[in-house]
Amino acid sequence: MTAQAPEAASSTLCARLDTVSKLFGSFAALRQVSVDLELGRCYVLIGENGAGKSTLLRILAGLLRPSHGTVKVFGGQDPHEARARIGYMSHAPMLYDELTAQENLRYFASLYPGRACLSPAEALRQVGLDPELDRTLGQYSQGMRQRTSLARVLLPAPELLLLDEPFSNMDVESVRQMVELLAGFRQGNRTIVITTHQRDSAAPIADWVLALHAGRVKSFEPGSPTL
Amino acid sequence: MTSALWTHLVKDLRIEWRSKEAINSMLFFALLVVVLFSLAFDPKGAFAREIAGGVLSVATMFASVSALNQAWAREIRHQVMDAQRMAPTPGAELFLAKVLANFLFVSVVQILLAPVFLVMYNLHIEGQAWLLAVVLPLGTWALVVNGTFFAALSIRSRNRELLLPLILFPIFIPALLAMVQATTAILTGESDPSLWIKMLVGYDIIFTTVSLLLFDVVLHAE
Repeated sequence: MTAQAPEAASSTLCARLDTVSKLFGSFAALRQVSVDLELGRCYVLIGENGAGKSTLLRILAGLLRPSHGTVKVFGGQDPHEARARIGYMSHAPMLYDELTAQENLRYFASLYPGRACLSPAEALRQVGLDPELDRTLGQYSQGMRQRTSLARVLLPAPELLLLDEPFSNMDVESVRQMVELLAGFRQGNRTIVITTHQRDSAAPIADWVLALHAGRVKSFEPGSPTL
Repeated sequence: MTSALWTHLVKDLRIEWRSKEAINSMLFFALLVVVLFSLAFDPKGAFAREIAGGVLSVATMFASVSALNQAWAREIRHQVMDAQRMAPTPGAELFLAKVLANFLFVSVVQILLAPVFLVMYNLHIEGQAWLLAVVLPLGTWALVVNGTFFAALSIRSRNRELLLPLILFPIFIPALLAMVQATTAILTGESDPSLWIKMLVGYDIIFTTVSLLLFDVVLHAE
């Protein structure tokens, strides 16, 4: 099934998935998915567990290669080649428990030479954390880890932001703050793709809602963003 | 040394300084092996010098496996490796930093083990003792460069703790042989260790080059 925003044109495209399938052994996590993602839009991926949301995100991030079909980002680049321009946040924090938030962010910022990164302190402030907090990440609550993980993703100012369940383990107020932060991020002509079970939480920034079922696109409908 | 390599190395050293997981587990395991061998063989005089090289190498080898098995565990635990895979820096630098960190950890254990070893085996070095400072680092490098590479290769396997020694030990045999022979030659002073040292140098160059060239493939494998 092809899912495409009506006004999508190649000049405004951020990513294009063309009949993408992903097989893990005999299990098809994605089946013939075709999606166009425009610049400066926020896409919310919904679906039950095992629908293929995380697999789709990992393919867009260049961490998985499709078994069939093609994925191009930023006007024809392979996601792996363009990985410096893509930010990916997974279920797991992707950070070291033994380091403080600042140490973690300094480490990851230095892996992006030549790219204008936010300062670790600034990134932490953006997600509502105290940069001076002198505790290792292992001593953080789940919600704080989640925010630090988002700060890590925001560090190199990615043009395509892929967030896998970013609102899990967060209280209502933290979710609201994160949604506002993402709304600001999207206004910089950057694209956001969010997978979530909490559709209502992402509704204020959802330009499009893509529903997956058993690895196929079930529906692709415009959202009603308020931010 | 590039900045990314330095960054990875400092991070690994800082984490080990705080957790001391690798060094503690290696040190106690190596001490145990040295003590058990000394009790089992009751080494004295010339006999001690003949077996000391082998005991030291085997103690280092077995002890290192416990640390090498954990070498990438922190990267896997919270999917940190995915973040590293997405960074636009060469995987070879991540690998080399990990090898350097493991090399330092094993070397620290060897330095701490050395006095205990000398006392328990009542060793008097008959050859040129300074050559041990060449042989042991070369042998250790051979062990950790392969161990770090194969630990990364087996990381996605459910039986990785069993798989690592099964892959590593056969590959390490030529270096182990050279390390034992060179150490024994130095301790007994009865033969020239230079041929074995050259063999270790050649082994290290070949396996370091191959590992560096192949690591990107291993890192980005699904």
